[in-house]
Amino acid sequence: MKLIFERSRPGLSCDLLPPCDVPKAGLFAPLRSAPPRLPELAEVDISRHYTALAGQAHGVNDGFYPLGSCTMKYNPRVNEEAAALPGFAGLHPLQPVETVQGALEVLCTAERLLCEITGMDAMSFQPAAGAHGEFTGLLLIKAYHTSRQDTVRRKILVPDAAHGTNPASATMAGYDVVSVPSDEKGCVDLDALRQAVGADTAGLMLTNPNTVGLFDENILEITRIIHEAGGLCYYDGANLNAVMGIVRPGDMGFDVVHLNLHKTFSTPHGCGGPGSGPVGCRQFLAPFLPGDQAVEQCGSYTLEQSTASIGRVKAFYGNFLVVVRALAYVLALGREGIPEAAQNAVLNANYLMSLLRERYDMAFTEGVMHEFVMTLERTKKETGVSAMDVAKAMLDYGIHPPTMYFPLIVHEALMVEPTETESRATLDEAARILLEILDKAEHDPEALHRAPERTPVGRPDEVGAARSPKLRYAFPVV
Amino acid sequence: MGNYLPNSPGERREMLEHIGLSSMDGLFFHIPEAVRVSALDLPEGLSELAVRQRMEALAAKNQVFRSIFRGAGAYHHYIPAIVKSVTAKEAFLTAYTPYQAEISQGILQSIFEYQTMICELTGMDVSNASVYDGASAAAEAVAMCRDRKRQKVVISGAVHPQVIETVQTYAFGAGVPVEVVPPKDGRTDLDALRGALVPDVCCVLLQQPNFFGLLEEIPAEAVHAAGAKLILSVNPISLGLLATPAGQGADIAVGEGQPLGLPLAFGGPYLGFMACTKALMRKLPGRIVGETTDADGKRAFVLTLQAREQHIRREKASSNICSNQALCALTAAVYLSAMGPGGLREAAEQCAAKAQYAAARLCEIRGVSLAYAPPFFHEFVTRLPAPPDAVLAALEDSGILGGLPVRDGILWCVTEMCTKEQIDEMVGIVREVCEV
Repeated sequence: MKLIFERSRPGLSCDLLPPCDVPKAGLFAPLRSAPPRLPELAEVDISRHYTALAGQAHGVNDGFYPLGSCTMKYNPRVNEEAAALPGFAGLHPLQPVETVQGALEVLCTAERLLCEITGMDAMSFQPAAGAHGEFTGLLLIKAYHTSRQDTVRRKILVPDAAHGTNPASATMAGYDVVSVPSDEKGCVDLDALRQAVGADTAGLMLTNPNTVGLFDENILEITRIIHEAGGLCYYDGANLNAVMGIVRPGDMGFDVVHLNLHKTFSTPHGCGGPGSGPVGCRQFLAPFLPGDQAVEQCGSYTLEQSTASIGRVKAFYGNFLVVVRALAYVLALGREGIPEAAQNAVLNANYLMSLLRERYDMAFTEGVMHEFVMTLERTKKETGVSAMDVAKAMLDYGIHPPTMYFPLIVHEALMVEPTETESRATLDEAARILLEILDKAEHDPEALHRAPERTPVGRPDEVGAARSPKLRYAFPVV
Repeated sequence: MGNYLPNSPGERREMLEHIGLSSMDGLFFHIPEAVRVSALDLPEGLSELAVRQRMEALAAKNQVFRSIFRGAGAYHHYIPAIVKSVTAKEAFLTAYTPYQAEISQGILQSIFEYQTMICELTGMDVSNASVYDGASAAAEAVAMCRDRKRQKVVISGAVHPQVIETVQTYAFGAGVPVEVVPPKDGRTDLDALRGALVPDVCCVLLQQPNFFGLLEEIPAEAVHAAGAKLILSVNPISLGLLATPAGQGADIAVGEGQPLGLPLAFGGPYLGFMACTKALMRKLPGRIVGETTDADGKRAFVLTLQAREQHIRREKASSNICSNQALCALTAAVYLSAMGPGGLREAAEQCAAKAQYAAARLCEIRGVSLAYAPPFFHEFVTRLPAPPDAVLAALEDSGILGGLPVRDGILWCVTEMCTKEQIDEMVGIVREVCEV
């Protein structure tokens, strides 16, 4: 497809602004020497260009999207309409608080409801994404230890199955990362954990259910070990969709939590963002929360920053319109709907796994929650067909592949998370397709190495892309 | 109660039976009883109409101003109709990060086009696919410049205070020192800045135009002579007119992309853009899209240089960023396509012209004067003979959001959205309060 720059024709433009109704500005320096080479197009050109591009994208409604750990659930439309209301979208972030009472009520209400769901006491909506929330949460832990003059705690423990963002966030927060091995069941190895903790432990980061989709039954023991060593426990909320309304991070012994509103709370992913990664914490950490907190005082709302705050992690109050969407979602589901969503997420994962497990090897099958991990190790040995080949073959059937090669502790991994918003018919069809692909692997492995064949492009040369990076359009020399 | 579940209770029962369970509870048998919740203290669920009414009631408690003369990091600009129409497209709205290139060419190409536009605006060689906002972009840029020998960060006090605060928070994480050089007469104190350029300084962060709207002299040579990198935080609309960050000697250009088609939205979601020289390419955080070919030689786009990123490098990654602001980057790309080079220049010229007009009219009022010497772009500070609160309250009563109170008076912002009539009306109200 042509790039938008290749569609540009000099002299075309959209007539967007009226003539200036005041005298021209007096000149000042420094001025740019040449205009930016932005495309020159009529509105219809732009409109068709992006319609064509959208046709080469796979959204949640284009088909099954079982991308493990990403919770690609349906995005309710009423949430979009709520976020588009001028009373939210038209607010300047530095308006006087008396003029944004509704916006502050959104933040306070979302805080109250999400604290109830997580078992936390306070929450900040400043973090813009999950990883941003992790970084923020770790800074709370750091600020807590620092406030106690406890400066020897240099280490954050992270299970080897954790998301890559966990160790990366710990480094950004200035911590050394200690990787804790998983046991043969895919959960935290308690003996290894006991050996790893000490007077230098600042805290532990954990996802539960973990990245292989299992609920760690030893969770109370795990958090107790950390607390007894003087560390704090951080809950990565990436997988909360499996357990919301069933069990709360606070009751499991966690001190800090981040949520992914763009996963668990149904806000759309927008091709990679904006998300929202609010951080909740127990009361003793609340003074350290970042930025301004919306607070209610005698029926009216205001913004306050605690003197002990870690400071801002971005400008203003976070991705506010994402919070609006999430609030609409929680209000819709309510007391019964929240656990019901989790139940159906877990049901769908277990149902799909049951359709596949006779022929696909599963990394773990006992106690699977909202996602399961298949391992194609045996298939690869026997047929040469890899997890990548199976994933690419799925593309030809209109299914977005599962997360590939993650978690790192499982070889040839495909991590499948159906979510609760898929029907049984979709799951049955996905299972039929996956079994058909396995048949092909046994009879015609070459065909799978060539897949996909029905997509706009075949497998791109990623090595070449990284070796000689072309990261912007090369305008023709005139 | 609202729910978004596509399986009927009967189907759910059958699915449970299929996996050998008689109830939903069986799915959670391995969760220790001690941590199970019996019931959440949440309100009952609501129908769609009830949710809509509730959200509309909340929105109605806010005041949307008909005239806006406040900027300070969030700017009221015209958003062409085509922008919303593109970004509301279902596939763009709902897709995840384009990991699967073969079914994501449309997304990847749109990001590649965005990266090109940011390079064109800033004059830099390489752009990433976006970060959270302008403040976090500045903080990430600082992290790009640090190495073992050079850790110290120098920031001009004329940078947006929330950007400074964000850089300080990130620096608290990394355990590195930050020196804020207090401004002098609304601008970076160049003598003090030169004095701060000690051998372990890794970078200097400046803002152009600065927080007070003023154009700065950028001491690129002095920064580079001290062995430090120069980070410039810029306003993207101003780049329709003003010299590029690259032309002013920047190693990294960052900024708040909200003016490029994003609504004010009470502060977010916004867009952090980041672009740098080729030399710093492999230190740039976040997603980057590159052009390549498929096996048939067809042009294709992929996420590239992933060896920098957290999912590969884990604790050694250049940043922890995973989700970014992709839909906001798309918004900016559509905005810039609609504006074109001429439209962007026109918007920038109108901002400058209207700000100069408003400043001149305000300064006709007895006792009102510019706090700092021009030139400025579309923001400026005036001293006032009356308390700023009284001036702003009078404006608010007329549905006008005045400028932001700052130490030396009021920081005004005027964009192409303000008509001459609106400016004159605003000036008239300020006059009434000041000349009582």
